[in-house]
Parts: sequence; C-alpha cells; structure tokens
Amino acid sequence: MEMEEKLIEPVEIRGRIHSTESFGSVDGPGVRYIIFLKGCNLRCRYCHNPDTWDPETADLRTAGEILDVAERYHSYWRNGGGITVSGGEPLLQIDFLLELFRQAKERGINTCIDTALQPFTREEPFFSKFAVLMQLTDLLLVDIKHIDPEAQKKLTGYTNENMLDGMRYLSEIKKPIWIRHVLVPGYTDDDDALKRTRAFIETLDNVEKIEVLPYHTLGAYKWKELGREYPLEGVEPPTKERVANAERILRGE
Amino acid sequence: MRNEWRGFKGTHWTNDINVRDFIQSNYTPYDGGEEFLAGPTEATDKLWGRLQELQKEERAKGGVLECETEVVSSLTAYGPGYIDESMKDLEQVVGIQTDKPLKRAFMPYGGIKMAQQAAETYGYNVNKKYDQIFNEYHKTHNQAVFDAYTDEMKVARHTHIITGLPDTYGRGRIVGDYRRVALYGVDYLIEKKKDDLQVLGHGDMTENIIRQREEVADQIKALKGLKEMAQIYGYDISGPAKNAKEAVQWLYFGYLSAVKTQNGAAMSVGRISTFLDIYINRDLTEGTITESEAQELIDHLVLKFRMVKFARIPSYNQLFSGDPVWATLEMAGIGMDGRHMVTKNDYRFLHTLENMGPSPEPNLTVLYSSALPENFKKYAAKISVTTSSIQYENDDVMKPIWGDDYSICCCVSATETGKEIQFFGARANLAKALLYAINGGKDEKHLDKAGKHMQCGPEIAPITSEYLDYDEVIKKYDLMLDWLAGLYVNILNLIHYMHDKYYYEASEMALIDTDVRRTFATGIAGFSHVIDSLCAIKYAKVKCIRDDQGVVTGFETTGDFPRYGNDDDRADEIGVWLLKTFLTKIRKYDTYRNSEPTTSILTITSNVVYGKATGATPDGREAYKPFAPGASPSYGAEKNGLLASLNSVAKIPYEFALDGISNTQTINPTALGHDLDEQKTNLVNVMDGYFDRGAHHLNVNIFGIEKLKDAMEHPEKPEYANFTIRVSGYAVKFIDLTREQQEDVISRTCHETM
Repeated sequence: MEMEEKLIEPVEIRGRIHSTESFGSVDGPGVRYIIFLKGCNLRCRYCHNPDTWDPETADLRTAGEILDVAERYHSYWRNGGGITVSGGEPLLQIDFLLELFRQAKERGINTCIDTALQPFTREEPFFSKFAVLMQLTDLLLVDIKHIDPEAQKKLTGYTNENMLDGMRYLSEIKKPIWIRHVLVPGYTDDDDALKRTRAFIETLDNVEKIEVLPYHTLGAYKWKELGREYPLEGVEPPTKERVANAERILRGE
Repeated sequence: MRNEWRGFKGTHWTNDINVRDFIQSNYTPYDGGEEFLAGPTEATDKLWGRLQELQKEERAKGGVLECETEVVSSLTAYGPGYIDESMKDLEQVVGIQTDKPLKRAFMPYGGIKMAQQAAETYGYNVNKKYDQIFNEYHKTHNQAVFDAYTDEMKVARHTHIITGLPDTYGRGRIVGDYRRVALYGVDYLIEKKKDDLQVLGHGDMTENIIRQREEVADQIKALKGLKEMAQIYGYDISGPAKNAKEAVQWLYFGYLSAVKTQNGAAMSVGRISTFLDIYINRDLTEGTITESEAQELIDHLVLKFRMVKFARIPSYNQLFSGDPVWATLEMAGIGMDGRHMVTKNDYRFLHTLENMGPSPEPNLTVLYSSALPENFKKYAAKISVTTSSIQYENDDVMKPIWGDDYSICCCVSATETGKEIQFFGARANLAKALLYAINGGKDEKHLDKAGKHMQCGPEIAPITSEYLDYDEVIKKYDLMLDWLAGLYVNILNLIHYMHDKYYYEASEMALIDTDVRRTFATGIAGFSHVIDSLCAIKYAKVKCIRDDQGVVTGFETTGDFPRYGNDDDRADEIGVWLLKTFLTKIRKYDTYRNSEPTTSILTITSNVVYGKATGATPDGREAYKPFAPGASPSYGAEKNGLLASLNSVAKIPYEFALDGISNTQTINPTALGHDLDEQKTNLVNVMDGYFDRGAHHLNVNIFGIEKLKDAMEHPEKPEYANFTIRVSGYAVKFIDLTREQQEDVISRTCHETM
C-alpha cells in the first residue's frame, strides 16, 4: 500500500453562529451581509433576539466559510456595503472576530460591528486584541442602553461605565461610530436621561450618525418559545412624536 | 431641410425612414436631478379628476362602463370623442377609441363569438345582424383556428398542458413605430410603402409574395385611414409635426390607430420618451413652451394611455387579471456609443405617477444599467418606493441582442422598434409535462367520458415504482418534452397563419419596415415547481400515491432538498438545464414565416389558471394550487432572504430566454431602510447588484402584507382606488384583481425586516 503524505492541519478557529441574513439594509452603510453571533451577557428586558443569548447551541463555522457565502452578494455592495457582525454580543467572540475581519480585509470587504461594548475593558488580554480589531474595523454601531448606570443595570443587568469608556476609547482613536438608542416607553424615553445622553455624545468626536430605534414587539414570541416570561408585556411601541422628540434631543437639534 | 425639421441634425434619417438615427443625432442626455419638474396644471387636475370619476363608475358597474353593440370598430367608425365634452378645450392631446370615454369598442375580427360574449358578460347584446355577417358572410380568426386544429391539439388545449393561446383573443405584441408619424408625416410613409410594393417580389407569384403584396396594400390603406381619423379631430397629419405638441399628437394618433383596430393582448406604446424629448427641447430653446406646458403634454398623453380599454371575455380576464392592455413605454437605456439615453422626458414620464398618482397603465419600464446616472436611478427608485408602479429591465443584457432602439412589446419582451415583430405564443406547462412523464402521457386531472384519465401525451410506459428514481424520471421527461415542443410549435404555426389571414395588424405593420424580422415567442409555465420537484426526486425521497386507475395523483416527499430561490447551485443548475433543454427542442421545428424561436419564463397572472389545471407536484405543491409566477421562486421556498433569491434568478441565461425572464419581488419598506432616502439608495444598491449579475427583469413592489389584506377587505377606502401593484410583467390596481388572485398575491413571499 502506498502511503499518502499528509501534513497536519491546525484547527481553525470557528465562530458560534446564530444565523445570517443576505440583505441587511439598516445595519451600516449600503447593503450588508449580516452575521449574527451567539452569546450575550446582557439581559435587556426589551431584547428582540433572546434566542441569541445562549452560546452553547450554535452553528460552528470558520471565517473562510462565512466569507465565501457572504461574497456571493458582493455585487450588491456598491455604495459602501459589506459585512456586519451582530449578535448577541459579537465582542464576546473577539478571537473569532479578529480572524474573520483579517480575512475580510484580505478580500477587500467593508467591516462593521453592531455592539453594546459590554465586554469592553482596558485590561489585558482584551484590550490589545480590541486595539488590533479596530484596525480591521471600518465602523461600529454602538448601542447606548441607558446613560444612568443604575437605570441601565435594572434594564440589562449591567452598569454602563465600561461601555461608555469604550466609546471614549473609540473617540480617542477616531474610530467612526453610529450611536443607536432603543426607545422604550417608560424605560428609556424620559427627556432628562436623553439630554444627559446628548451631553455625553457631545464629548465624543467620532460620531457619524445617531439613530433612535423605536421599541417593537416583534421579538416577544421568541421569549415565549424559549419558555420565558416577556418582561415588557403590555408596553406599546413609542409614538412617532416621541421618536421624533428623542431624535431631536439626541442629535442636539 | 424642411421647416418642420429646423434645428435638427443628421442626414441618414432625412433620406430614409430611420428614427433611431434621428434620436442618436439629436437627443440631449440629462444628468441632473428632479428639481426642474413641474406639478400638474389646473387642466390636468380637472381632466384626471373627471377620469377618476369615470373609473369609479366603471368599477361600480362591474368593471365595464359601456360596450358598443352597433358599430364595428375601425379607424373612422366614430366622430370625435373626449374625456368630457364640456372640457374638451383643456385636452392637449385628443383622440379616444370610441365616441365616449372608457366605452369598449366592438371588435369582431379576432372572433365574433368572443366579441359577442364579452358584451354579454357585461349585460350588452351585440346587434344580431353581426351574427350573420361574421358567421355566414365572412369568417373570423378564432373560427379559422378551430377549423384547422387537430384532435390532439384540442385535447392539449382542454387539459391545459398548453394554455392561454391567442386563439380566443388578438395576439398583440406588435409595436408600430408610432414616432414615424410625427417625424415624417403620413404622406411620406405612404410614399415609402408604395415604393416597397413596386419592388416586392421578382415576378413569380409564390404564396409568400402574394401574401406580402396584399399585406402592404392593406398597410397603405391603413395609413390613409390614419390620416382620415386625424382629420375627424381637426388635424392634418400628412406632413411632419412642427413642434412638441404636434409631435405628441401625431405620435398618439399612430397609437390610436392601432388600438382602434386591434384588441391584442398587449398593445405597447414603445420607446417614445427620448424621441419626444428632442421636440420638447427644441421648443424650450425656441421659447415657445414652458416646462409646465411640457409636463402637461406628457401628463395628457399618459392620461390617454390610462384610458385604453378592450372588451374581454371572462376566460381572458382569468389569464390576465385586472384589465391590462400593456401600454408599455420605455425610458433610459444606454446608447451603442456609450452615452446614456436618460433625458428630462424620462423624468417627466415617471413624474406622471406623482402628478396624477399611481396607475398600472401605461406600463412604465426603466431600461436599467448600473451605468445610468445616479440621479436618475435614485429618482426611479423613489417612484418605486412611493408607487410600486414601474418595472425594470436590464439594458446591459438586451442591448447586445436588440440594439439601442428596442421597445418592450408586452410585459418584458424586447423587439427592435419598427424592424421586428413577435408572434406571441403563451406558455407550455412544464410542470404538467413532468406529471405526464410519470404517468405515461395520461392527464392527472382530466377524465374522459368513460371516467378514465385522458390520454393526452404519447403513451410511453408509465413509471410503476413506489419511489421515484431521478434518472428514470429525467429520461421519460425528456421524451415528453420532445412531444410537447413539437405540438406546441405546430399549434402556434397554425394560430399565426390564421391571425395573419383573418386579423392582420395593418395599422401597426404600416409603421414597421416591410422587410420585417419575426420572433416566435414560446413560453414556460411552472418553472420553479419543476426545479424543486426534480430536486426533491434527486435529493430526498418521493413516494408516489396512485389512484384506482394507477395514475399518480399525489406524492409524499420525505427529507430535505435544495430549492430554487436560495442561491443554491444544485437547484439553480437544474433550472438552467430545463430552460436550455426546452428551447433546444423548440428550435428543432420549422416555425411560421421563418420566425426565430425564443422562449420566456413569464406567466403574467396566468400562474393561477395553470396551477388550477395541474395536479400535485413532488415539490410539495398541492393539487390545483397556483404556480409561482414567471421565473419567481415558489412560495415559501426562499429561506435565505431577498438577495439569495435574486441571485438564483440572475443565473438564468437571458440568451436562452430572449422573450424574457420575469421576476416579481415584494419588499416591505422597513426592510429597505428607515426613511425614503435610505430606501431609495438601498433599492438602487439592490438593482445595481442584481442587474450587474446579468439578470433580465425585476418588478418591484414596496409595501407590507398588511396593506394588501386591508385593501382586500376594504376596497372602498379612497386610498385604495389607485393602489397599484406589480404582478408578473405588468401592473394592476389591486382592487381590480379577482379575490382568488388577491389571495395569491398575499400568499407570496414578502421580504420583511428582521
């Protein structure tokens, strides 16, 4: 029998993937291929993707596998389009993100991260990895949950100091961000908190866009499917007037 | 140069009929935005207001306002007619089909039976004398076709393996070059046709020469009739048009002559936008017209196109729901020299949908290329987002085949303007053919008088195994497609022979070169279901359920299989194979008048009728349920979102489906972006990406399912009076669809936001 000579291949890092979407039109510039990663520590009471929290049950895929599929949509990416990694909280899989974006940049693909910056810290080993990742990232969509640390803790289970610090860091390195704020009546829509959020935004000089995302109930059924009680039962989406009001305040208009 | 041509450049077009050369020598590309556009004038508001009242009355009367019962339609059958006699001075463009607005003409030549039946459906009775005239003294097209049909052809019609054939209605799809009337005047056109007649043939009177000589003589007669028709409205159109107003009017008279004499399934207007811009531009330069007056001219021309109506029979309405006439009209495109052909007039035509609200007619079609000016792409996208009334076709794939002066002659099919015509040929039901392959040519639905399944296809050995084997199915399917292609071509040959003989389109052909090229347009129905069914057989397990006669009437499919519409090559390659196989078989046969065989994947709204006649298929589609329309993926098959679906359709090679590949997509506005600005930018991104991949056509609907459901339940709400949606290849007012078709539209995939 002839022996076949084989080199031993290293195990490639795999991401824990919840799902993908070929046509993302609101998560970054242009048309975007969106990769939803699994795992999130936050427990936002209005979360519309609670099925992404648990990191265990996930598809395991390599960066190359994902990009091969994403590139099938290359022709739609003309006006700044590309890929957006969302979640879950994508920064929980920072090693995978590094590999994914390194390969994306080799292929000339625009990269974007949709994050709440919950894992951000200036401690090692995270910080150095994050600094490298930022060199491979074109834009971040950063979610400000609540400007008040305690109010945010009630809303999400975590206070916000490190997340706000993450935004300051991004401002220091001049990494462009779009700020997003989910407007939940009775939770995140009082004018005082919005004005304080505005004051914080004014300290940053990397903000390209500020978006108010009206709370919606489309994710409520997922809570029930997961056997959880929906914490915001009975809360209605905000009125158009309230959304416009929040936009006005957050944009400093 | 003649005074009417003052300021125009170029020479070829002055020595010969050559509208393309005139356009290329004189048009002004426009790169700017929509800022210059003017709103509706008071006259436009009044006339459109009156027409909407009439349309409301029409709807209240069950879809038809009035039917002619006494007068046979012709160029000169009626005196002048107006939208409203008391406002006739407001009409910048005059002329209607009969003596009253929206009144449907009596057109018996296609088939006296149908003309009578159409009137009766709406409570009118055609004068009895016509019964005798058109049955005893003279024959009509429909009768002639049925006289010559073989038994096999009649059975194939009955089982609907071939259906929607233009044997009970006018074939249409012939676009006269109506611009010629404006540029040259009718006298010159007559002179040229007389010259042609002089030299036609070499003296030997073969059947072809005799026929052609008679046809050209008919064309000359039609041109004389056209002049008389214009005179009834007080216009002398023997010479060229002197200004924009005359150019619009002359051109419209040309079109009117077609719709007064033919009730073809599709009566397209053609590529007139850039042409008319040249006249408007000259008047603007000469200071004889303002932008507001220019827009008014276009608005009023479009008003007239919105009024074109025909008396149709119920079976026609089932095939082509919503009372369409396919007054298709093109904008944009790129010239052979690389200059884009967007003019201010392209904006004006799109702007009619803002000035007068959404409308299914005319069927406004943007000849798309990612190389069109960004401003224009965004404006068109904006009109799509706000009205869902326009469609897009890929100029980049059509231009190499048809040049830069083609018109869309129906929903999506191109023909070179004034040089080519098409023999329209409906569709063959390839999903049913697959069932015939399994059942040895027996029809799974239709029974004979003895209660046995009809033997429609050739009696090849049926498949007897419990589970279907891919290779065995393909072998038998190939045999069945051979038979179907042959029968199909022969039926069409017969129909078009008779149409030429008994219902020749003299008015349209008079505006087309005598030495005309012809295409022979076959079509495919059930495309997605054949692909998914073959995938099911290949990749999953398909068990046959047989009835007591041993005929397979149902399937149990277990296991996963790839489906068309997910950018999965395993499925999409079967689609490409199917198309190429079918067209190759069609090409083997002789086609009438040496026409060039083409095919389409385009069903209009007949996907419902085809589905109704077809038993369950292995892909899981239940018996008698609608097919997916055109080349669109099956309902519920798309699992990977809009772009994956578009990628699948874009893989179908246009070169093998020159008659068109129709794709309809409905996108929820919120899935396109938060606001109009984002939505139009993203729609442009989607279309750039889709058409750059070589796709042919896209119908874009931008609305949510909730709106459709509400419109179905509350059609009386004023906001739904003009609510227009795109279906396969054309647009309709949603409330004019049958309930069945409304439900079909609602059940189709809508790409929602996540």
